[in-house]
Amino acid sequence: MSLHVDIRKRLGSFVLETAFDAEDAVTGLLGASGCGKSLTLKCIAGVETPDEGCIILDGETLFDSARGINRKPQQRRVGYLFQQYALFPHLTVERNILTGLHREHDSAVRQRRLRAMIEMMQLEGLEKLRPAQLSGGQAQRVALARMLVNEPRLLLLDEPFSALDSHLRDQLQPQFLALLHSYGRQAILVTHSRDEAYHLCSQLCVMENGRIVRDGATKAVFADPRHEAVAHLTGCKNITPARKVDEHIVEAPAWGLRFTAAQPVPDNLCAIGLRAHYFHARAAANRANVQWVGELEEPFEWILLFRYAGQDTSTPPLWWRLPKDRKPTPLPDALGIAPENVLLLTR
Amino acid sequence: MDWYPLFNSLRIAALSSVIVFFAGIAAAYYAVRLPRLVKGVLDVVLTLPLVLPPTVVGYFLLLLFGSRRPLGIALGRIGVKFVMTWYGGVITAAVVAFPLLYRTARGAFETFDETLAQAGQTLGLSNTYIFWRIRMPACRQGIIAGVVLAFARALGEYGATSMLIGYTPGKTATISTTVYQLWRTGDDTHAFLWVLVNLAISAAVLLTVNLLERRQKGGQHI
Repeated sequence: MSLHVDIRKRLGSFVLETAFDAEDAVTGLLGASGCGKSLTLKCIAGVETPDEGCIILDGETLFDSARGINRKPQQRRVGYLFQQYALFPHLTVERNILTGLHREHDSAVRQRRLRAMIEMMQLEGLEKLRPAQLSGGQAQRVALARMLVNEPRLLLLDEPFSALDSHLRDQLQPQFLALLHSYGRQAILVTHSRDEAYHLCSQLCVMENGRIVRDGATKAVFADPRHEAVAHLTGCKNITPARKVDEHIVEAPAWGLRFTAAQPVPDNLCAIGLRAHYFHARAAANRANVQWVGELEEPFEWILLFRYAGQDTSTPPLWWRLPKDRKPTPLPDALGIAPENVLLLTR
Repeated sequence: MDWYPLFNSLRIAALSSVIVFFAGIAAAYYAVRLPRLVKGVLDVVLTLPLVLPPTVVGYFLLLLFGSRRPLGIALGRIGVKFVMTWYGGVITAAVVAFPLLYRTARGAFETFDETLAQAGQTLGLSNTYIFWRIRMPACRQGIIAGVVLAFARALGEYGATSMLIGYTPGKTATISTTVYQLWRTGDDTHAFLWVLVNLAISAAVLLTVNLLERRQKGGQHI
């Protein structure tokens, strides 16, 4: 199972230029809205046409501008789960799913596969309802059923949880993951949520302004974002411009400090990032005096806001996140952070 | 009493509605996909018959189909004559009613959620199937409204019709030209009778539409 994508498409002033190879079961495309994630999926499905490039699925060329190949979406056998599910509003749940079975000409087989899918997706009792009468979670299951019953070779999932409320989202994700694994086909999942990306995807491509800026195993991408936009998207709260001083030393002028990093500093360094969870009251490395400026209480964590003693007053305070039971009293005068937790970022 | 005008009006309105249905939907479908500038120009051209005085439309049609005009001569050779014939009335009614369907259908197509068509494509449904079984049903409210408006307009068409096909009892007479003719010759009793007939038809059409809409809404909530 493999998908190779290398495409370019211009839409007004926006230029999409994506290239990646997806080998894993679930590959994530993570990015802010408008970065070209959905457009990439639509190009793979064939409902949008790239200006140039190629798309190869399991050795079969779906699109190749150089060779003049552009398979119709109908011929690609690629399933697409739309953000708003795109259920046909005038058809019942049952008829919606049956549209995915139109290739099956034997009506007895068609009915049997319909029943099996309805059972698998726990849609019993909803067969005669119309999409407008379904809850968000039910609509998602109907859309999944309609897609899976069509037996696509590749699943394209466009923000499958964004139409659901957060409680339902957390509840459905494990089931969703189990389903993807039991279906046994490769999936590309588009999301702007770092939690969703971390939960569901083993491989991750992070997109910014139509380009993939970081590509790798999900855990490696979170541990070492490398790119400033990736640090933002993976939830790093403390990012400041920085320059290289020495092989392992960087200077952050806005914070008035130098930091020691475990990794060698790249020459094109532009910023550093410190994750809010990684400060420590007793750490000796990268220790500096701080002033406490505020706190935000969350259900299970504290966010303590501080400024470094020499920090430029026009820059925002830093975040320290820690579990409720670990908040020290009194608050320490200085904080440190381990050299391996100083993220070195480029642009 | 001679019922020919009723029969003639209904057949002209029905046939022109069929023509307008296909032409208007095709025009609306492609207009939505055109670049903005071309769409703007095409929109003006296709909507003109709605705002022009019907006599001006009739004049244009005479310029086009007149027996001494190139198109009129060419059609005459194959035995088709639109001037002073009942099927000329179909052409006039279609031209005048076309913008009503075109505009309502275009409005419906513009609000259609394209992801429904894309979903159909990725499921392997043919584009023809998607058009007739997904796009049209999803837009049916606007299209039904357009068809009814077009039918009603075709039924009531007077100006362009009287110019192109005139008034020949038993040949080209429609309800509207008959009403005028009867009033002109002072036959108020019969003129009033035809007015009642026309009122009855219009009321029946509107009632049918309301019933159709109510049944559709009811069906969605069972």
